Amino acid sequence: MRAGMMGLLVLLLALAATAMADERALRKARLMPMWSPQAQFAGYYMAREQGIYARHGLDIDILEGGPGRSAVESLTACEADFAVLWLATALQQDAAGPRLVNLAQIVQRSSLMLVAKKASGIAAPHDLMERKVGLWNGELSLPILAFLDTYRLRVRRIPQAYTVNLFLLDGIDAASAMWYNEYHTILSAGVNPDELQVFSLHEHGITFPEDGLYALERAYRKDPALARAFAQASLEGWRYAFDHPEETIEVVLRIMRQANIPASRAHQRWMLARMRDLIVPADADGVMGRLQPAAYEAAGRILRDHGGIATVPDYETFTGGDDARN
Amino acid sequence: MRATKSIASTFTLVVSVCTILIFSVTIGSFYYRSRVALKKEMRNDAANLVLASIYRVETTLHAIGKVTEGMARSLEMGEYTDQGLAALLKDTLADNGDIHGLGAAFEPDPAFNPPTPIVPYFFRQGDRLIFDPVDSSQYPNRDWYQIPKELGRKAWSEPYFDSGGHGILMTSCSVPVFLDNGREKVVRGVVVADVSLEWLTKLMASIRVLETGYSFLLSRNGTFLTHPNRDLIMNETIFSLTESLDRPELRELGRKMVRGGSGLAAYTDLRGMRALMYYAPVPSTGWTLGVVFPEAELYADVRNLTLVVAGIALAGIVLLTAAVHWIARRVTAPLGALAEATEEIASGNFDAALPAVRSGDEVGKLTFAFAAMTGALKDYIRDLTETTAAKERIQSELNMATDIQASLLPRLFPAFPDRPEFDIHALMDPAKEVGGDFYDFFFIDDTNLCFLVADVADKGVPAALYMMVAKTLLKAEGQRLGEPDQILAGVNRILAADNDSCMFTTVFCAILDTASGEVRFANAGHNPPVLISAGRARSLPVQAGFVLGPMEDVAYTAERIVLRPGDTLFLYTDGITEARNRNEELYGQKRLLEALQAVARQELAGMIRAIRAEVARHAADAPQSDDVTMIAIRYKGPAGSA
Repeated sequence: MRAGMMGLLVLLLALAATAMADERALRKARLMPMWSPQAQFAGYYMAREQGIYARHGLDIDILEGGPGRSAVESLTACEADFAVLWLATALQQDAAGPRLVNLAQIVQRSSLMLVAKKASGIAAPHDLMERKVGLWNGELSLPILAFLDTYRLRVRRIPQAYTVNLFLLDGIDAASAMWYNEYHTILSAGVNPDELQVFSLHEHGITFPEDGLYALERAYRKDPALARAFAQASLEGWRYAFDHPEETIEVVLRIMRQANIPASRAHQRWMLARMRDLIVPADADGVMGRLQPAAYEAAGRILRDHGGIATVPDYETFTGGDDARN
Repeated sequence: MRATKSIASTFTLVVSVCTILIFSVTIGSFYYRSRVALKKEMRNDAANLVLASIYRVETTLHAIGKVTEGMARSLEMGEYTDQGLAALLKDTLADNGDIHGLGAAFEPDPAFNPPTPIVPYFFRQGDRLIFDPVDSSQYPNRDWYQIPKELGRKAWSEPYFDSGGHGILMTSCSVPVFLDNGREKVVRGVVVADVSLEWLTKLMASIRVLETGYSFLLSRNGTFLTHPNRDLIMNETIFSLTESLDRPELRELGRKMVRGGSGLAAYTDLRGMRALMYYAPVPSTGWTLGVVFPEAELYADVRNLTLVVAGIALAGIVLLTAAVHWIARRVTAPLGALAEATEEIASGNFDAALPAVRSGDEVGKLTFAFAAMTGALKDYIRDLTETTAAKERIQSELNMATDIQASLLPRLFPAFPDRPEFDIHALMDPAKEVGGDFYDFFFIDDTNLCFLVADVADKGVPAALYMMVAKTLLKAEGQRLGEPDQILAGVNRILAADNDSCMFTTVFCAILDTASGEVRFANAGHNPPVLISAGRARSLPVQAGFVLGPMEDVAYTAERIVLRPGDTLFLYTDGITEARNRNEELYGQKRLLEALQAVARQELAGMIRAIRAEVARHAADAPQSDDVTMIAIRYKGPAGSA
């Protein structure tokens, strides 16, 4: 009898110890997305919501991005451990230092497009000559500049902010747009697709990988396993999001409302569907999350030509070198 | 199975169905036309409501626009120091309570550091005006600055929520400030007036549309600025909503709305409520006000009225049906009674009482007619009964006459069983109870057999009586005179002597010498007999001779043939050859000869039966029109030779 009680006590203590050990095993880390909450980051939200990060031993805090909150600055200021960055942003930062490591390439190709109204008489790239074209500030416009260069177009560059209202009011002839975002915003303002002339950059030979997961190189060197686990869990989160789109949209809308950001269900549904098109490799043997060396080289050329950097790091170094294979 | 319907129920059914049909059409068209009229009226009401609301919004917005424009024009006219500009902004803001904040921003100048100057900005907090300069290099590509600059005209921004997080909807009116440098007008800066739309939200909420109707406001991009469903506000555009709901037709309506159209449209709202929507634009900002009138409520009065009318109609129809049924029953009840009475009459009771006649209407007349008919029928049946009785008496007498006549003719066969030299057989089948045909055969002496067939003109009782006389005479004279021509001449003389009724008879009379087979014969207008010899039947060529009766002193020719043993002589009356079928086709001599030839070898009894059957078969179901008589004699050879 006494021995039985003792045994039970020992068992209970052992269980409690295991639970505490699990608690301790979750490594805390912070992720900074490059923009306000939206379906562009659905995979990370779902990895957190579905406990995928936890299963990989991570407790990820997803910070709130948005205008005035630069993801790359958060990373360099060590306010975030990981960031979702454009490849162009990452390469520019890498050149300026401290150096970054690409943990996973999420968006495989350029989703950028130039959108014009057919009514303005624009049907082909050369029709953009001397027209007012809206361009975002900084590295976001680099692929567009490469596009204009390809067709040797001189355009009147108009700085473009976060809205497409100037375009809708015909203040500019063509606007920069993300396929998954601004393009649908234009449709949601009552413009029909057949009224628009769209120049998708990737259809004009500009395959510029966009969203990727990054960490500071020095942080990465300290604990490559943590970073790899984060990248794997994030990709798993994306797979879950694509398999459960309606559930994912609910989560995204909830997070957007919490952040007081206008949230349209149709818009987020569109965005998630387009993210799937952009993230899931088109060909069967493509690997999700892998930065393609060829695309990396092409992006590097564009950056050297238009982005004001002299060299890009070699592929192995930029993607974490030997540690990637360990 | 077909149910028998009474006149009353048929009549009631027809009247009810017709009435229901008429009422349905009437009420349906009343309802439809009322709706059309109501919709027309509602269109005016809706237009008035919407335009009045828009007018109130427009008045305020227009005033703000004017103030902002005035400010911009002031900046174009004069040179202001920073302090002067700030004072102007503050004074203007103080004078215009509808404006929440007022600022003036200028084009960046690369010659300065920083190139984007600080933007002077005042805003209202309660009664105080607070100076809150915007220190950001980002303003040149903000909508409120960039849009008026690029368009070169005043612009109202897409509404946004206030930065304080109070959920207050704001919009900005921006007016470009131009600088005329002699060559062209360039934009030097922008005056911006921020406006709280709290008053607008309240105004929209105060628009009452019936009980369950509502109004909503769309921005230029189609974003919901106000709507009873708060989730939509600033989150969805009418286009993103139609995409979510998969209702492309609403997208077309939305496009008409945001393009500044106005009108009345059938509209099914988010909750699936059928409604009519009137929409019109707010001119200065390009927003659209829509007012939704729920159809159910809009047409509630008409529907209720229609239901009341339908209820009254239904009650009326029930009442009408009952009345019609009652009247129909009242009218047809005597008919029913009459039908019952006549049924009894039909079953034979002519004394059945007919219903009492209460009125002189059609039923009354019918009853009278029935009564008269019953009387006439009774008389007729009485007469018929008497006539039938008389006829039956005559019939029984006739039957007796038939028996008597039949008994006069030799009917027992074989007639002479002790005379092997010949065989004889005969048949008389009268068309009526008694006939005018007859036959006879008798021995004159030991070897001479007299046989004859006769046909008295006419039939029935007179012919039968005449036949009796002729037969008696023929037998008496036959036995006395012994030669056929003399027999006929003798009988003719007696018949013609007292022939007042001008009746006559044809006779074929023959005498067979049983020893030699010689047949002596004479004909008084009768059909020639048929000789059947060696299996062949042929008509015997004979003198026609004159009929017995009409004329005295007629001489008849005696003729003779010799029958060889086995030969048969067949005598008959025209009842055989003139037997007709339904097609009036005569049996004819040809058929007779063929038939006889077919039965040539038979016994005489069988031959006669066969011919009778043959004639009957030819006539089929046609009634027998004439007496059928035949006699056949077959010579077998002298006695002892067989």
